[in-house]
Amino acid sequence: MFLPLIYALRERGVKVGTQEAVSLADAMSRGLHESSLDGFYYVARSLLIHRVEDYDDFDLAFGKVFRGIEVEAKQLKDELLEWLKDAKEREHELSEEELAMLERFDKDELERMFNELLDEQTERHDGGNKWIGTGGTSPFGHSGAARQGIRVGGPGGNKSAIKSADARLYKPYRSDLSLDVRQMQVALRKLRAFTRDGVQEELAIEETIDATASNGGELEIVTRPPRRSNTRVVLMMDVGGSMDPWALLMSRLFSAAHKSTHFRELRTYYFHNCVYGQVYKTERFDDPVRVQDVLSDCGPHFKLIMVGDALMAPYELLSPGGSITYGDETRMEGIMWLMTLQKHFHRSVWLNPEPTRFWNGNTIEHIRQVFPMFPLTLEGLGEGVDELLRPGRG
Amino acid sequence: MSDDFTRFTGTSTYLTSEALESAVNCALALEKPLLVRGEPGTGKTLLAEALAAGMDLELIRWGVKSSTRAQDGLYVYDTVQRLYDSRFGDKDVNDVSAYIKLGPMGQAFSRDGRVVLLIDEIDKADIEFPNDLLNELDRMRFWVDETQQEVAAKVRPIVIITSNAEKELPDAFLRRCVFHFIDFPSQDLMKRIVAVHHPRIEETLVDQAIETFYELRSMKRIRKHPSTSELIDWIAVLKRAGVADVRLDKNLPFLGTLLKKEQDLVAFADQLAGGRRWRS
Repeated sequence: MFLPLIYALRERGVKVGTQEAVSLADAMSRGLHESSLDGFYYVARSLLIHRVEDYDDFDLAFGKVFRGIEVEAKQLKDELLEWLKDAKEREHELSEEELAMLERFDKDELERMFNELLDEQTERHDGGNKWIGTGGTSPFGHSGAARQGIRVGGPGGNKSAIKSADARLYKPYRSDLSLDVRQMQVALRKLRAFTRDGVQEELAIEETIDATASNGGELEIVTRPPRRSNTRVVLMMDVGGSMDPWALLMSRLFSAAHKSTHFRELRTYYFHNCVYGQVYKTERFDDPVRVQDVLSDCGPHFKLIMVGDALMAPYELLSPGGSITYGDETRMEGIMWLMTLQKHFHRSVWLNPEPTRFWNGNTIEHIRQVFPMFPLTLEGLGEGVDELLRPGRG
Repeated sequence: MSDDFTRFTGTSTYLTSEALESAVNCALALEKPLLVRGEPGTGKTLLAEALAAGMDLELIRWGVKSSTRAQDGLYVYDTVQRLYDSRFGDKDVNDVSAYIKLGPMGQAFSRDGRVVLLIDEIDKADIEFPNDLLNELDRMRFWVDETQQEVAAKVRPIVIITSNAEKELPDAFLRRCVFHFIDFPSQDLMKRIVAVHHPRIEETLVDQAIETFYELRSMKRIRKHPSTSELIDWIAVLKRAGVADVRLDKNLPFLGTLLKKEQDLVAFADQLAGGRRWRS
């Protein structure tokens, strides 16, 4: 019953393996799904799926596999007969309408109708007043609005599994992105370089023992600075205009860099199209910083990561005063500013979200001559990090 | 259903859904850690408390911080204390075990009965932190090098791990957990939650406030969505100030209670000034 579901999930690219399958089989053998499709839906989801981003794929796969209610029809029939058997004992729980309905149908009649419906019904059905399905007002089915409806399968609850699956509540959580935050973090992690400097707040046990021994047994505590990463990074990101399609990717790179605990210092600046006299501290360009100030603050040992599509009108890059934003009084060509940045830092890279096949015959060609350029993919990010780690010059 | 297995169905003050109950019961029966994710303010931490209270078990809490290492949860060897004690000779410094302080996980393993171990906000720690715990979570035992002794759980604790919906966790770790995502409360549920906090308040104000709150949450450009606790605070302020009715316009009273980021306030003002449907 559950193997098709696992294959349907794998088809959709959800990584479900043996471990999950075994857990699910284990859960079912313990009856955790309470022999109902509702129960199975929740048990399977909590064991097979590990992130909310995959909930939607689970709903789609579940819907595909369990669409035909016939799968459980036989089981449902047994449950129905079971229900009828103790319906008499539960008379006090039933409403007058339900009692009236019980009077109306006798057991054999009901069973015959049920079988008839199963034969007649060829596709699944929601709502309505005749077919077996979900949310309808037929006396059969599940989660019906009609008080006199007979619940078929499923303990309590107010949604059937298929209906839950069809609702696709988790669609907004999908992530069909080439790079997720964690992958980026793992790639950026390589940039860390451990050193010991700063405040002496860690106890050096070996040294303390040595010092205490040579001090005639009188305790002599030796401390040292904790070991931590000494990597400092300047991240400059192109935003707006032609970068809009890449906004989500950029925000992922931004959060990966920000959440990374491997950098001693991370400075983020924004620019539009190309860097001129100043860069900005916010995406809305309202907190300008002069490039000269950035350079005097950040020594050459900072790693510079430029991110942008490097696409612009040629004059924006190559003409003096080509900046399309006001406030550039330097009249220096954009490409000269880029060269200034590149010369200042020992190591710098340009990450480009634009696919490499578009890297020729436009301004990308010029910028590639200034910065080592890598595509903003998992592979490209890795190569960029390697470039940043090459022994620095000077 | 086996008899030795206790089912969880929530408590009088902690409302659960069928999905959450199912996930909790899976974790209980299969003895796997339960990983709960969801926006802040959806009751992830409260789940562990409710579970411990509902099953009458001790709750051991491990709040994870950015500097937390996996080792901290197992045990810490207090070398400084031992060195100090060695100076004065009034304690037996040869007994290393006196200087081994068990962390939350070590404590959970060494209890005689079943306990609930809450590993709160696991995503705050270093990216490798969850991987460092894999072995201990699987085997529920670890080795103390200094004393050459093993700390092993007599009864496997119930492990609840919470994470904000921010950082991705490693696959190997995820595969070992039962996963559940707590949805943001629906408007109906939210009304019941508000009623618990503000039992005597005019219903129309609550309805309007909740309506406005959900509309605000649906604004795409707002980055930091207000959560349940912010709504509760906001309603408290509205009540105190004697505001009779609220609706979503650019003069929304006490907006600062709901939106805390400057860029969100700007986005809010932009959107309402931009000739949208609210400007009648």
